[in-house]
Amino acid sequence: MADNETDGGEIEIDDHSGVETTGHEWDGIKELNNPLPRWWLIVFYICVIWAVGYWVMMPAWPGITGYTKGLRNHSERQNVAAQITQLEEARAEATQQLVAAPSMEAIESDPALNQFALAAGASLFGDNCATCHGAGGQGFKGYPNLNDDAWIWGGALEDINKTITVGRRSTHPETTNTMMLAYGRQGILSRKQINDLTEYVLSLSGQTHDAAAAIRGAQEFAAQCTACHGADGTGNHALGAPNLSDAIWLYGGDRATIHETLWDGRGGVMPSWEARLSEAEIVALSVYVHSLGGGE
Amino acid sequence: MLEKHKFLERHGLILTIAILVTVSIGGMVEIAPLFYLESTIEEVDGMRPYSPLELAGRDVYVREGCYLCHSQQIRPLRDEVERYGHYSLAAESMYDHPFQWGSKRTGPDLARVGGKYSDEWHRQHLADPRALVPESVMPPYAFLQSRALDYYQAAARLKANRAVGVPYTDEMIENAESDLRAQVDPLSDQYEAFLARYPNAQVRNFDGDAHQLSEMDALIAYMQILGAMVDFETYNAEENYR
Repeated sequence: MADNETDGGEIEIDDHSGVETTGHEWDGIKELNNPLPRWWLIVFYICVIWAVGYWVMMPAWPGITGYTKGLRNHSERQNVAAQITQLEEARAEATQQLVAAPSMEAIESDPALNQFALAAGASLFGDNCATCHGAGGQGFKGYPNLNDDAWIWGGALEDINKTITVGRRSTHPETTNTMMLAYGRQGILSRKQINDLTEYVLSLSGQTHDAAAAIRGAQEFAAQCTACHGADGTGNHALGAPNLSDAIWLYGGDRATIHETLWDGRGGVMPSWEARLSEAEIVALSVYVHSLGGGE
Repeated sequence: MLEKHKFLERHGLILTIAILVTVSIGGMVEIAPLFYLESTIEEVDGMRPYSPLELAGRDVYVREGCYLCHSQQIRPLRDEVERYGHYSLAAESMYDHPFQWGSKRTGPDLARVGGKYSDEWHRQHLADPRALVPESVMPPYAFLQSRALDYYQAAARLKANRAVGVPYTDEMIENAESDLRAQVDPLSDQYEAFLARYPNAQVRNFDGDAHQLSEMDALIAYMQILGAMVDFETYNAEENYR
């Protein structure tokens, strides 16, 4: 005998609603045994039928060595590959022109191609470069500003392209590895020599400095620094040695920061993008970066 | 049929057994095949177990809950592939226990962040995210820089991973501690042996501070290998369409 049957075997019906009860009772309150709403049941059965259709059409059941591929032969990876191919085809004409162009200067002088390169470059810049160089290429301390006229590794199109392709001090085998030595930390120069050098470097960019110390520092500069930064401190693109005679500083041009640079050295890393971006994408980025500021 | 339902619902033990049977069918169909089907994990070149330092960094990643805001799974969708690179393969997380796929992207996906930024960028960004990305809402992790890495457990970490199926050899476990130190020191005697055990591992001081092997070193070493192991030159995409 089930709980909701009376002694006579009859199912108890609630007087008020006319619905049968489950027979459960708590403090005089009885639970009604309402059936599931019809609309809900219909949706449920449609879903069951849909599932059976899905098993037939789509990859579904695993077996011993493989799985049922389904009649539609659906593959998400194939779909995305097809979409990417489609995208590449849509861009093919312009990207081929970018790669085939005799030089990047030629791209810049072709208005239609230049426009394509700038649009593609801007989008690539946002995805890949803005994280370090800032959304507008304004840079941060240690990450060069790309809008100004100062270029550490060269601002010609070819230089920019090389910087992006192989990186600077990156893990790429063809990268450039020259860097600012830690003259203080590695004990190459004494603290006093570094203090003198700091004053001399300040004098190069016309900042207030201790003239006597700067004269002593000039000798150290000639001995230690000119190989990379040049006799007049204007730098050398091939070695990534910044110009010390202008007002543009990568890490800061105040006395404390120059001292820190001399003491600890510097060696900012630009990653290589050769494996991540295509040749055409790097060309587009080079043209875009070249357009940002005073490209050379 | 409704009467049978009533029978099931009114007999606790039978209901429990019926539930277990139903749920285990789901498990057998959805989970068990992943362990024996060869098509689950793609055949790729380049995957190797994490080096002890990378593994320690991974532990820091898990401990700090990075997965709560960063996914490590590039889905096979056009916009994701365009932004992040090749979609993630199952093979790429086969040595991950537990995997870090995640489903929440408050920050960007990190599945292919390896090699994308410099070590110094990672260090500065972890220490003070807004110094480099002004609109970022990421909390700062500057303390990682000053916290010494607890590398005395290096071998134990490898053993634990071997217990769940990562193919660490006895040699790797034996040398775990020295390998961990070797990865931050390009001049160490262990250099060649370390690279033989962990091909294509990057050896350098990751946090720029040679005085201490910090948790920052480990985390950056881990970041720099993410998504960078598989050799996509030899990967046959067509064969692995799923």
